[in-house]
Formats: sequence, C-alpha cells, structure tokens
Amino acid sequence: MAGITRKDETLSRYADQLETLDAPKGRSLTDDALRRLFANKAAMVSVFILGAIVLIAFIGPYFVPWSYSTVDWTAIRKPPDFEKLHYLGTDQNGRDLLARLLQGTQMSLIVAAVATAVSVIIGIVYGAIAGYFGGRVDAIMMRFVDVMYALPYILFVIILVVIFGRSPILLFVGIGAIEWLTMARIVRGQTLSLKEREFIEAAKAGGAKPFTIIMRHIVPNLAGPVVIYATLTIPEIIITESFLSYLGLGIQEPQTSLGTLISEGAQVIEVMPWLLAFPAVMLVLLLLCLSYVGDGLRDALDPKDR
Amino acid sequence: MLTYVLRRLASIIPVAFIAVTACFFILRLAPGGPFDQERALPPAILRNLRAAYDLDQPLVIQYFIYIGRLLRGDLGPSMVVQDFTVSQLLALGLPFSLMLGLFAFVIATVAGIAAGTIAAVNQNKWPDYVLVLVVMIGLIIPNFLMGSILQLVFGVYLRWLPAGGWQNGSMAHLVMPVIVLAWPHAARISRLMRGSMIEVLGSNYVRTAKAKGLGERLVLSRHAIKPALIPVVSYLGPGLSYLLTGSLIVEQIFSLPGIGRYFINAALSRDYGLVLGTVILYMAIILVLNLLVDLAYAWLDPKVRYR
Repeated sequence: MAGITRKDETLSRYADQLETLDAPKGRSLTDDALRRLFANKAAMVSVFILGAIVLIAFIGPYFVPWSYSTVDWTAIRKPPDFEKLHYLGTDQNGRDLLARLLQGTQMSLIVAAVATAVSVIIGIVYGAIAGYFGGRVDAIMMRFVDVMYALPYILFVIILVVIFGRSPILLFVGIGAIEWLTMARIVRGQTLSLKEREFIEAAKAGGAKPFTIIMRHIVPNLAGPVVIYATLTIPEIIITESFLSYLGLGIQEPQTSLGTLISEGAQVIEVMPWLLAFPAVMLVLLLLCLSYVGDGLRDALDPKDR
Repeated sequence: MLTYVLRRLASIIPVAFIAVTACFFILRLAPGGPFDQERALPPAILRNLRAAYDLDQPLVIQYFIYIGRLLRGDLGPSMVVQDFTVSQLLALGLPFSLMLGLFAFVIATVAGIAAGTIAAVNQNKWPDYVLVLVVMIGLIIPNFLMGSILQLVFGVYLRWLPAGGWQNGSMAHLVMPVIVLAWPHAARISRLMRGSMIEVLGSNYVRTAKAKGLGERLVLSRHAIKPALIPVVSYLGPGLSYLLTGSLIVEQIFSLPGIGRYFINAALSRDYGLVLGTVILYMAIILVLNLLVDLAYAWLDPKVRYR
C-alpha cells in the first residue's frame, strides 16, 4: 500500500522533535559588539555619567530656584552658600552659578549634537557619492577635501563665525560645515570596498538607480564607522565651541556655554576661583566620558583593531 | 626623487589658487564693510575711500586686481589699520608666531618620540602607565583651560613664571605658552610612537637582530626606530599646521604679540586685505611644510616614491 510507510513515520516524528527542540541561538555581529561594549567598564561608567549629565542639564533647571539670568542683589560675588540656595555660588552680577552652569552645559551639548549631525550628514553624502562613482568624480571630490585639509582650519571657523553673525544656529552649522572632512574620507574608503559586494551588484541588476543604491544599500552599511567617528567628533566640537566662546565669538550674554563660563571665570580666578572651577570640572568630565565612550565603541564595533 | 618633488610641487599650486579664490569671495559675501562706523561717514568721503581701495569696482574686477597684485608679491594695504600695508603688519607679528609654533613643534616631537619609545620598551610597567595618564590629560583638557590653570598655579600662587605678556623678550615668558601648545601634540605623537614601536619590536627582523646578539640600544637605534617613525612622520604635517594655527589661540591666552591678535580684530572689522593676507600666509607655510613632510615620508618609506 502506497502512502505512509514506516520510513515516513520515523521521519515525521524526527521533524516534530526538531520543531520543539530549542535550536542553538546564533549570535549576530551586533550582539557581539554589544557584549564587548558591556564588558568595557570604563565605557559603561562613562555612558552612565554622560546620561546623568544630559538629564541634569535638561531637567535640572526646573528644580533650581534661580534662572540663568536672574540677579540676586543680596548675593553678589558669593562663594557656594547652601543657606541662600546658591549651591555653587554666584558671579559678579549676582547670578546663580548652578543655574548658569546647567544652561551652559545644555547649550554646549546642543551645539555639539547639531554640529555633529551636520558634519555627519555632509560627510556621509559626500563620501558615499565620491566612493560610489569612483574614477574622475572621486579624484576631483577628494582633491577638494585635500584642499580643505590644507587650510588653516581655525582661521576659517573664526571667519565664518564673524561673518555670519553670532546666532547660535549659524554657529552650529558653521562648525559642522568644517568638521566633515575626516568623515567624508572614512565613508569613501568604506564605500569603495562595499560597492564591490554582491548585494550591490544584485541591486544594480534589479535596475536600482545610483542614488537609491547609495541611500538604501550603502549608507545603512556604514553605521559602524559613522557611529564611532561621530562620538569622537562630539568632544572636538565642544572644544571648538568653547574656544570660540572663550574668544568672545560664540554664545552671547545672557545665554552662556561652558566656554563662556570658563573664559569669564578665568578673568577673576584670583578672587572668585569657584567661577572657573565648576565649569572646568564639568567640561573635563564631559570630554573624558565622551572619549572613553568613543574608544569603547571603536573597540566594540571594530574587532580588527584589537 | 627629483620627479617626485616636482610632482608634489605641481599639485600644490592649484590647491593654493582655489583656496585663495574661495576665501576672497566668502569674505566679500559677508554683510558689512571695512568703513562701517558708529557714525556713518559722509557719502562723498565714503565714495572716495571705496575708490581708493578699488571697492567701487565690480567684484570680479576686484578679484583680478587682487590676484594680479598677489602674483607680484603684494598683499595690498590694510583697510582698517591706517598707513600700514598688510605685509608690514604680518612682518611685525610673524616672527613671534613662527618662533612659538616651531619651538613647541620641536619640543613636542622630540618629547613625544622619546616618551613613546620608553613606554613601548617598558610595556605594561609603570613608565607606560604614567605616560597614558599624561597623554590623557593633554588630550582632554582644552588649551585655553590648561593655560588658565598654569597661569593660576605657576604665575599667581607660586610666582615662578610670569603669567603672560612679553615685556623684554625673556625666555621665562615663553615657558608656559610652549607647554600649553606642545602638550596635546606630544600626547598624540607619543601615542602613535608607542603603538608602532610595540608592533616593530614584535616583528621578525627585530627578533633576528636580538638573536644575533645585538644589545637593546643597538637594536632600537639601528633597526627599530626608522620603521617605527613612519606613522609619526605622517602625523607631523597635520600636527605642525595644528601647532601654527594653535599658536594664535595661545597668543590670545597669554597676550603675546603674534599674528593672532591682529587676525580676530581684522575679521571683526572686515579688514579684507589683512584677513586674506593672514590666511594666505598661513596656507603657504602649511603647504610648504606639508611638502617637506611628504619628502621625509618618501625618504623613510621607498614605496611612496614610486606611486
């Protein structure tokens, strides 16, 4: 009788068993990377401190009894005083340092985030186009990057900031517009190797246009290096911004940033050291954490390096 | 080697030309002009002033006038600092800025290479850990903050060094600016040097050299140093331009008489000639130095010459 034989019975029983059995779990590349990141204690501590700083900078101002621009006439040039609720003291104008520090940190973080986003976007698009089209396009585009590299960078930032006025938004964009060079180089290098892969060929065979291929197939595969480089760009931008503010070209009164606070503190360092100390500690802490997170991410996402 | 030099020289000229052009037009696009004042000048005087500096011509004509002068080595007059040409102003500040930058460069490079080598030889022992700490401090603390801290500690509390200024040209006034400028650069170099030296020390030919009985010092000086220097040399170009432009910042912090003090004021007051002149000068210096670095690179690594 044709139909279900013994062999079929055995096989289907075996198939049922397989179905209920827990298949061994595969580990994706992301899992591996996350595991390496979690094992890196310095990076994890830095992530928590960074998270805390961000939270405090954005939520903290609602719990501080003073705003960053209110003047307390009864407490001018006072060191930290818990009874009067000036936990970090006040400046020459009687403004609460804690409130100003929180606002300044917030401003520095916003500048860093926006400028990094601008530089990452320009860098990715530019690098991916140069790398994907290759040949003469690539040669000309990368020659331009070399030109930009050879320019005295800080002079250009100063020119841009001076020329486009002192609005914070232009400051963000100006800094970001100059920081994209290294990003473009990294992305181009990655794209050059990505475009030889089979899935790009498949997309081409399927009739996808170059722009679609770049946006849908190449850019998502650049996530690793982009994330690493973006984390390493943030501290550079914070330093640039605070330096410009230090020169008096950045964020303007009554708003403030870490650089502005440090430059004001540095002028009165002998009589009111707290005005320099607290912003300086905040800036250094921020930069330290960011650099640990960046290094941790690089080690986690780029196992070749180890 | 000669063809390599010529090829590199030929590639510099278009780069410089494009950069000057871009800078010229960006500056002119900015709102405001060099003769804007709190009290507006009478129109007749303004017209004459603009004519005297060729500002009444169409932008493209102005550009060709400027380029024509530039080719003859003339940077034109300063539009805000009266009775001075741009070249005169730059000549006043340049020697100091160059001296500061080169001083820091030499000290940082030597210190960085030495520290990196020592750390690599003593890998994971205390000199290595000390170096990591010093490098971290140099990379994390921005130069203007480092400047303020040093001024406070050594200038105000301990009174060992003058906190700023440049009265009679004593070397003591240079110590802190050079340290502030050189530290981050030395930190990067020592990091690079340590990494490449560790790699070289683990290579086969170093083992062979040791196996044939060469002492530690001879192995380092004859076999290991040169190949280990390659990544360091490739960083010297960017590092030097970073130091030269960085000296503008340090001049500002320590109120030193270099080019930095003119530049920011010139940009604020739209002194087109002086801003462009400073940019061109720095660009020329950086491009030439980059060329020298490339040549050094070609000398260290023969593969580069034939590419």
